[in-house]
Amino acid sequence: MTYAYYPGCSLESSSRMYDSSLREVFRCLDLELVELEDWNCCGATAYFSVKETVSLAVSARNLALAERAELDIVAPCSSCFTILLKTHHMLEGNTELSDKINEALGAVNLSYKGNVRVRHPLEVLVNDVGLEKIRDAVKVPLDGFAIAPYYGCQIARGESSFDDSEDPVFMDRLFSTLGARLVYFPHKVRCCGGMLMYTWEDIAVRLVADLMRCAQENGAHLILTTCPMCHANLDLHLEHVRKVYPEAKPTSTYFFTQLLGLALGIPAEKLGFDLNYIPIDQRLKDLIQRTTEVTHA
Amino acid sequence: MVPKSPVHNHTPGKLPLRERALRKAFLQRIHDIPGGEKLHRCIQCGTCSGSCPVSWAMDLMPRELIAHFRAGDIESILHSRTIWLCASCYACTERCPQGIRVTDIIYSLKRLAIDSNITLEHDGAHKLPQIFVDIINKYGRNHELGLMMRYYLRTNPLQLLRMASLGLAMMKRRRITFAPPRVEKALKDIRTIIAHAERLEVPKEIFSPEYRPDTVGYRAIDKVSSRSSKSPSTTE
Repeated sequence: MTYAYYPGCSLESSSRMYDSSLREVFRCLDLELVELEDWNCCGATAYFSVKETVSLAVSARNLALAERAELDIVAPCSSCFTILLKTHHMLEGNTELSDKINEALGAVNLSYKGNVRVRHPLEVLVNDVGLEKIRDAVKVPLDGFAIAPYYGCQIARGESSFDDSEDPVFMDRLFSTLGARLVYFPHKVRCCGGMLMYTWEDIAVRLVADLMRCAQENGAHLILTTCPMCHANLDLHLEHVRKVYPEAKPTSTYFFTQLLGLALGIPAEKLGFDLNYIPIDQRLKDLIQRTTEVTHA
Repeated sequence: MVPKSPVHNHTPGKLPLRERALRKAFLQRIHDIPGGEKLHRCIQCGTCSGSCPVSWAMDLMPRELIAHFRAGDIESILHSRTIWLCASCYACTERCPQGIRVTDIIYSLKRLAIDSNITLEHDGAHKLPQIFVDIINKYGRNHELGLMMRYYLRTNPLQLLRMASLGLAMMKRRRITFAPPRVEKALKDIRTIIAHAERLEVPKEIFSPEYRPDTVGYRAIDKVSSRSSKSPSTTE
């Protein structure tokens, strides 16, 4: 199967391990990703807070490019996924707006008729590939790994309908298939604070501390996420978090594709495990060791 | 603290000019959101405030935003921290029993605040999205380092020093890109689209010259829900 790939700005720099691990996992499962040529920023929450029509037009350009290629668009970043989906729905629900956006796109001979499906890689893996096939592809089972599945606030909410908005289960299902143990984690869809980490740090730090406490007290070895913003907030600000939650242990947060890749036997150096700020813990080191043995055997 | 609104000094049923202009602009923005007119269904149950992960830090609870709108007091809303504290997690929208798109309404309020030059006095949160827009208009993609640098330089340069060690660690891991992003061929296209869309943007301020009582509360929204009327803000 082939998809149009929309990496988004974060995956080009701060979350480049999400990009590399996603590409590796998709290749390993025979899914083809064709990166949209010259894609532009989706607008994120920020552009939408300043200008409505312009931000929708900017976002719609990516949809128009995917429509021209007649492909579903895969957007791994939660914010990109939500904004692209939102654009699609807003244009669908408001013809006046849709006409305006198409007029702006028309200036460069593009148009968006509303035929693109915006997909999240997690949903593609579970629905299009299927858990059976993934189970068959597992090289190194994640036996005994205790995971806190952190979906972040956006991918199950808003216009998205693939999973339950209060208690999403796609990541739980995927990783129990790989042999991991999913811990009780009621903060699955709780907000990490997003950009508040830069605008109101003292507030965002409390949200991150809540997440860390929840994962830690329920015995998680690591937190898995689907979102670059969540990853940055959980990985980079441990020292600040310790001011409000002094017992915070360095619990590593990884993108779900990184651990999935490891289970599929992809060499760790291609998955970017060494790029986190919080150092890698012993349990994961052992797993990486096992993967190396399997892949070299 | 929410500044005392000009509304409080006026005869009930009469709105000051500025408030009426803001109200018209707000209703027009709500009009653009599919399902935006559901705002009039609010039963003030407070599910939004209870679901919001940052309501504890807000000066106006999300529920109170709608209450203030009904009371004809949009200006207080635009002065509040609340709209800039919203991190857009959609918990309120997801749980609203009346299907009100609270997050989208807060987005419209942010835009309205920027368009009417109402900004936070002591915090710089409203500057971040505007810097972001400048970067996208210039490069077509976000430049994380540029965004952070510009934001801290404009709001709190000392923060740059605090962030220095983190920045170094990120640099070592090549998780920071120094050069701004380059969209190879299409940058011209992106700028053309932005320039065209700019012309079609919702007008910044709709001002009506005469002074007359404007509709407050439920009736104001009822006018928007009838999509047939060209101007959502004509007084009957």
